[in-house]
Amino acid sequence: MSRAAYLLPAGVVRRIDHGLFVVLSRLLALIVLVVVLAVLSPQFLSWDNFLNVMRQASLQFLMAAGLTIVVLTGGIDLAIGAVLGLSACLSASLVSQGYVAWGIIAALAAGAAAGSVNGVLVTFGRIPPFIATYGMLWIAHGLGYVFMKGEVIYGLPEAFRFIGAGFVYGIPVPLIVAVVVLLALHIMLHKTVLGRSIYAIGGNPSAARLSGMPVRARLIFVYMLSGFLSGFAALVVIARINAADSSLGEDLLLPAIATVCLGGTSLFGGVGGIAGTAIGAVILALVVNGMNLLGVQTFWQSGVMGAIILISVLADQIGGSRLIGNRS
Amino acid sequence: MTESTLHPQLIQRSPALEFVKRAPGALYLLALMAVVLTIFTPEFFTAANLTNVALQVAVLTIVALGMTLVILTEGIDLSLGPVLGLCGVAASLMVVAGYPLIAAIAVAIGIGAALGLLNGSLIAVAGMPPFIVTLGTFGIAQSIATVLTGGDSVVRLPDYYRWFNDGVFMAIPVPIWATAAVFGVTWLLLYRTKFGRYVFAIGGNRQALELAGTYVDVYHIAVYMYAGILTAIASFIMTARMNAAHPTIGVGLEFDAIAAVILGGTSFEKGHGGIAGTIVGALAVGVLRNGLNLLDVGTEWQVAIVGVVIITAVGLDSLRGLNA
Repeated sequence: MSRAAYLLPAGVVRRIDHGLFVVLSRLLALIVLVVVLAVLSPQFLSWDNFLNVMRQASLQFLMAAGLTIVVLTGGIDLAIGAVLGLSACLSASLVSQGYVAWGIIAALAAGAAAGSVNGVLVTFGRIPPFIATYGMLWIAHGLGYVFMKGEVIYGLPEAFRFIGAGFVYGIPVPLIVAVVVLLALHIMLHKTVLGRSIYAIGGNPSAARLSGMPVRARLIFVYMLSGFLSGFAALVVIARINAADSSLGEDLLLPAIATVCLGGTSLFGGVGGIAGTAIGAVILALVVNGMNLLGVQTFWQSGVMGAIILISVLADQIGGSRLIGNRS
Repeated sequence: MTESTLHPQLIQRSPALEFVKRAPGALYLLALMAVVLTIFTPEFFTAANLTNVALQVAVLTIVALGMTLVILTEGIDLSLGPVLGLCGVAASLMVVAGYPLIAAIAVAIGIGAALGLLNGSLIAVAGMPPFIVTLGTFGIAQSIATVLTGGDSVVRLPDYYRWFNDGVFMAIPVPIWATAAVFGVTWLLLYRTKFGRYVFAIGGNRQALELAGTYVDVYHIAVYMYAGILTAIASFIMTARMNAAHPTIGVGLEFDAIAAVILGGTSFEKGHGGIAGTIVGALAVGVLRNGLNLLDVGTEWQVAIVGVVIITAVGLDSLRGLNA
């Protein structure tokens, strides 16, 4: 416990310590990963592989962006992967029949609708977020299975595939999309009343309510945004892989949560940000890329995601909050 | 007028009315489904089908009993499904490789306890949120199980292994004996030992327990280890029933278990509930799945319907809490 801790309000010290620890540890992780992979794998330091990693990181970021904002409010959205899968199925079915615009609208609307239901359940239904969204996970999975009946849709139009597989001046389109989303969400979080109230709700929900914020409306909006962004990510994902089936979203939850945890956003809410999630996405993409380059079996991937979640949350807990002996 | 002037505790309440108000939602769901299924499907109310339901529910009940203790401490264990898969795979691989059954059982129970120790330590000592910790171990257990088998099933189990599911002792099938034994042990632990009182106290007011000078962490960790051990026991029955072990066999089981616990009236807040309700809850989930099968509802719809049921149950539970 540092002596300075007594001179400043506890929350301020915690945020400084937490932020500093997160930035330094992530920087260290990035450097170690790059050095180790450069030494172990000759292909790692090629331009093609760099673009590959950045494209993977972009997809990873888009999948975790909405979750980050939910986590900032002190909630959780376990349904993102399943909602992404459901949106992908609906959209791929319409797009492959030539209704590109309707396909895009369907993905975004399905995501936003599922998210709104989550928001209403959490606020007016008074259901703990992880239970409400866990139930939604199975509902979305189930509806995806019902809709697809075990079929796989592939072969989407070239024009649609541009957002997932295209290039502009040699830069992958998903990377450009991810940067635009990152900037938009960053501005929303830090330059608008809405963004400040998201941090306020995560930091202290009672205080937020007592100061007159429409907490329920804001929370519903946040869950809706998370679903909407899942739908949006679904479009980029199916454009990239040129196919969709009902199991698409099954393995996306763990990586998304790992990305947010790597990004240093506190699971207790109120601390962190969307920029951290972008860094987390790059680290995670490097890990996955490294495992592929080194020929590690894909069976290990969910274990590695699980370990990353445990280690990064534990490290932040010990390295950040515990510096001043505050367990929150 | 006289009633309003009385002290709240002196108001006479009809015991029957109190029971109707306090009975877990599972009881109503179970009664409703039993009536509907008896009317609409000729197969439901037959001895063969009811025995079948009881056997199917055994695995779920055993896992749900462990989950009840975890939820009573205001926690959650999402890793129990993959832990069941891992324990089943590990024990089966050992038995197929020719190790004695007792060694395989010990290893499976050891794995369940070890993962519970990991979960419990990170939750109780490090103070991490339970759903995040157990989601992490979910991935780890899943991965280890898949790597062990290379993604395949473990088959060609020795014949004696089937005893865990097919065996009959004193005219009652082994899975039902196992469920009864686990219920008995859990009941004794929960209502007749210091451990049990601390389980309720951790959920009710952990800080008070800490201030009272108890080694709360030890008991808190033990809860997660107990859930892991029960899951290992359930994995033997599951493997014997399938006559094979598969790494992903337990996926979704943790969801049914949570549904059973909540339908059984155990609440996520303040250590309310108990294990008798969980038995009814597990039966309700089992009958729901059995009924959906009898009514020819596809698996894909079943997944969604159980999702709706769990959300409705928790929603009603929390709304009922408002009135109380």
